[in-house]
Amino acid sequence: MGRKRFRFDFWVLITIIVFTLFALFMVWPLAKLLISGFIDPSTGEWSLKNFQTFFGRKYYTNAIFHSLYISCTVTILTVILGTLMAYLTSTFDIKGRGFIQILVIFSMMSPSFIGAYSWVILLGRNGLVTNFFANLGISLPTIYGFHGIVLVLTLKLYSFIYFYVSGAIKKVDPSMLEASQSLGCSPARNVVKMLIPLVLPSLLAAALMVFMTSIADFGTAMLIGEGYRVLPVLVYRAFMGENGSNANFAAAIAFVMVALTACLYFLQKYIINKKSFKMRSVKTIQKRPIKGFKAVLAHIYVYGLALLSVLPQMTVIVTAFLKTKGSRFVRGFSLDSFRSAWKTILSTTRNTYLYGATAIVLIVLIAVFVAYLSVRKRNALTSLLDVVTVFPYIISGSILGIMLLLCFNTKPLILSGSAAIIIVAFIIRRLPHTLRSSVGVLYQISPSTEEAAISLGSSPQKAFFKVTFMLMVPGIATGAIMSWVTVINELSASLILYTGGTKTLSVAVYEQVSRGNYGAAAAIASILMLTTIISLAVFMKATGSKEYTM
Amino acid sequence: MSKEIIIEHAVKRYDNVTIIKDLSLRIGNSELFTLLGPSGCGKTTLLRMIAGFNTIEGGTIRFGDTVINNIPAHKRNIGMVFQDYAIFPHLTVAQNIMYGLKEHKVPREEAKQRLEKMLRLTKIEEYRDRLPERLSGGQQQRVALARAIAIHPDVLLMDEPLSNLDAKLRVEMREIIRDIQKQIGITTVYVTHDQEEALAISDRIAVMNFGDIQQVGTPHEIYTRPFNVFVADFIGRSGFFCGEMEGEGSRRRIKLSKDYTLEMDNILPSASNGRVIVGIRPEEFCIAEKGMTAKVRKATYLGKYITYVLDFEDCSMMEDQESIEFSQHLGNAASLHRVGDTIKLAAYAQRINVFSPETKESIIRGVARYGQETVSL
Ligand SMILES: Nc1ncnc2c1ncn2[C@@H]1O[C@H](COP(=O)(O)OP(=O)(O)OP(=O)(O)O)[C@@H](O)[C@H]1O
Ligand SMILES: [Mg+2]
Repeated sequence: MGRKRFRFDFWVLITIIVFTLFALFMVWPLAKLLISGFIDPSTGEWSLKNFQTFFGRKYYTNAIFHSLYISCTVTILTVILGTLMAYLTSTFDIKGRGFIQILVIFSMMSPSFIGAYSWVILLGRNGLVTNFFANLGISLPTIYGFHGIVLVLTLKLYSFIYFYVSGAIKKVDPSMLEASQSLGCSPARNVVKMLIPLVLPSLLAAALMVFMTSIADFGTAMLIGEGYRVLPVLVYRAFMGENGSNANFAAAIAFVMVALTACLYFLQKYIINKKSFKMRSVKTIQKRPIKGFKAVLAHIYVYGLALLSVLPQMTVIVTAFLKTKGSRFVRGFSLDSFRSAWKTILSTTRNTYLYGATAIVLIVLIAVFVAYLSVRKRNALTSLLDVVTVFPYIISGSILGIMLLLCFNTKPLILSGSAAIIIVAFIIRRLPHTLRSSVGVLYQISPSTEEAAISLGSSPQKAFFKVTFMLMVPGIATGAIMSWVTVINELSASLILYTGGTKTLSVAVYEQVSRGNYGAAAAIASILMLTTIISLAVFMKATGSKEYTM
Repeated sequence: MSKEIIIEHAVKRYDNVTIIKDLSLRIGNSELFTLLGPSGCGKTTLLRMIAGFNTIEGGTIRFGDTVINNIPAHKRNIGMVFQDYAIFPHLTVAQNIMYGLKEHKVPREEAKQRLEKMLRLTKIEEYRDRLPERLSGGQQQRVALARAIAIHPDVLLMDEPLSNLDAKLRVEMREIIRDIQKQIGITTVYVTHDQEEALAISDRIAVMNFGDIQQVGTPHEIYTRPFNVFVADFIGRSGFFCGEMEGEGSRRRIKLSKDYTLEMDNILPSASNGRVIVGIRPEEFCIAEKGMTAKVRKATYLGKYITYVLDFEDCSMMEDQESIEFSQHLGNAASLHRVGDTIKLAAYAQRINVFSPETKESIIRGVARYGQETVSL
């Protein structure tokens, strides 16, 4: 009596599969990376030599300081720029708000290094604008190094803050502001006393995202940073170094970086969690008309920032059609850049969308299963799956690439050089967007809906797919779109994992840029942007149909 | 088709907390059987064990001759109606009802006929092509009912199906549920914590507390002859007095105050004399020449009745009672009383209940935990 019978059902199978993948592609590679940092490359013995080298030289330790300095500066700047923009567009009657929205979305849709390289085209040593001013006898300040990185990342990342804060302001109940005003608070004080505290949780969450993204960013620092070394660049250089790769040393730097980001992440998460609360409102804040001088300033700010953030994309598209001579652009338009890069474009487009599509299908499936396990089948084991969301925050793309290579370039499982390893990297890095929205919708679907299906004779897996999954689809679309756009623009992990046959569009752009073929780079990048937009439109059409209220 | 449900020594544990220790119950074929009890007593837990959504840690549950302990939920052929309706929001009313028919591979023609019949039975024909989000709560509950019974389940399970509806609709829906249940004659287990609903709807009721059956019986049995103090208190209202019992056999005298003694003739012959607990319902008192002295603390006028809250002066009561009430039927009331009046009250000896102070169980002859007619399992 009382013997608990273990029943092998669908969800047990899913749990086993999910945990096998989790162990194989996340836990094991991370363990291997951390361990290999403690191995002396010349002798193969345990040693602290790598760390001694790292901490012994200012050349390396400076990078920690640089990374933090950049991330903090970018976070502060984006918070100011993004919040102000969100405040202006959601409380005042700004003309053409839809257009601004489109510009900002457009600016988010390409990898940040494209921003870097566009700014090089414009303001670099040989840049179009630099040369223009040089002809007038004016020399502009340099774009390379700290300022350039901050410029590029800020213009790229303020949009996160903008979207999060706009969303939060939409959820603020206007009667709360009215209540505060009726209690004697002036409109200006209202913003400080009510609005800011109410949107603070969202703002902090977005700021955390900006901070983690900028500390992990690799492409920008690589292209525009030059002497200003940051951690991801050091890791990459050590791993791919011209004078021979030193995987163990790269692993040691990666160890330092992972430890740093993990500490920062949990510290910030702790602060944010203490401040979070839920808001829900049916009414939204009425937009006030704005007049005169203030209106002009507000419009200049909003349009200026939005246009500045799409400037890289515009530059890319225009320069793709310019005539080139070596790495210089010359007067006149042509399709030469496309012609010269045509073969690359064909194969890399195919690769990008083939891998991307495979990855997004798997991402949706895995996200849905992981969300289900961690919401509906929550126990000590499945709560470990929460790590899946945190992982890509802490492990930057290039470190992920190195980890996977360390594990899967030897037997028993050789994946290096294959498409599979790139797809795995895509999935790990971009799963969280979809996972978060899956968890969100799952909380809104009552478990009894699925039980009803079971009581009507559906097996558990059938009940899941016919009912719960169907109800989740509209809700996870937002997350899936985010995953999709970021998958096809992924650079840092692919750059470490690709081989001749598995090159993707963003890798191809990077490659051309680093060879100085700006024309070809622009041509490939425009194809990347164009196809991103097309696929996005198709994706939205296919998924963004209806939502069910429950 | 409809089957009886036999539960023998069922045990339910969550990790190391035992919610149901040892529970046995026999639910007859075609019966509307209600599980009634305070919040957290394990009604839902038991229902979900029958449905297959909870594991069973011990004992057996049978549908007819089939032990269902290890049959997964989707193969048990049950119909279930949930508290939050659990209508599939992405399917129309008709598609909701067809869902189970398809899963059971009912031939197309027959499925169509059943769909029509269900729509008619639950009076939702006009909404057949609507999505559920555009239905009211009561309409959604009907869809849920139609969907559950369309598959011709062996048993129908309902977990507080009416608790999300407003008072008026609740009364209306419970009539509908009862009518349909009688019409198709399906064994039904109905969970509620609303005693009025339970009394109105059920063939038999099981009163539960702390995962244990307190009493099983018809609504009339449970109300008039509660098996123990818990049931007497939980169903309706009872005032509990302490009395001294003397005498022999089934004829005993219970002294309630120094000048009021009840003559009983229905006491269990084996009951021992001395202290007893006497439970008297508000309508089991009457104004009399000779009786217990009580002072009116509060009077509430309810139309047909007037209810007095009383303070008794010369008799001893059970502790921890909020108030003792007397409800006077206004049809035959000689006079009304005001707050502060002192009145004399007698009790109807035939109707009151007497309990042993040790076991808190009834010592009225013929009262049994599992009902008067059926002896325990
Ligand atoms: N999954 C669970 N894990 C642990 N304990 C549980 C679980 N589900 C229920 N319980 C406990 O079992 C007891 C019985 O719960 P149950 O839901 O059956 O009560 P109920 O009689 O249906 O109450 P209500 O009228 O409030 O619905 C409660 O004490 C509850 O806390
Ligand atoms: Mg319950």
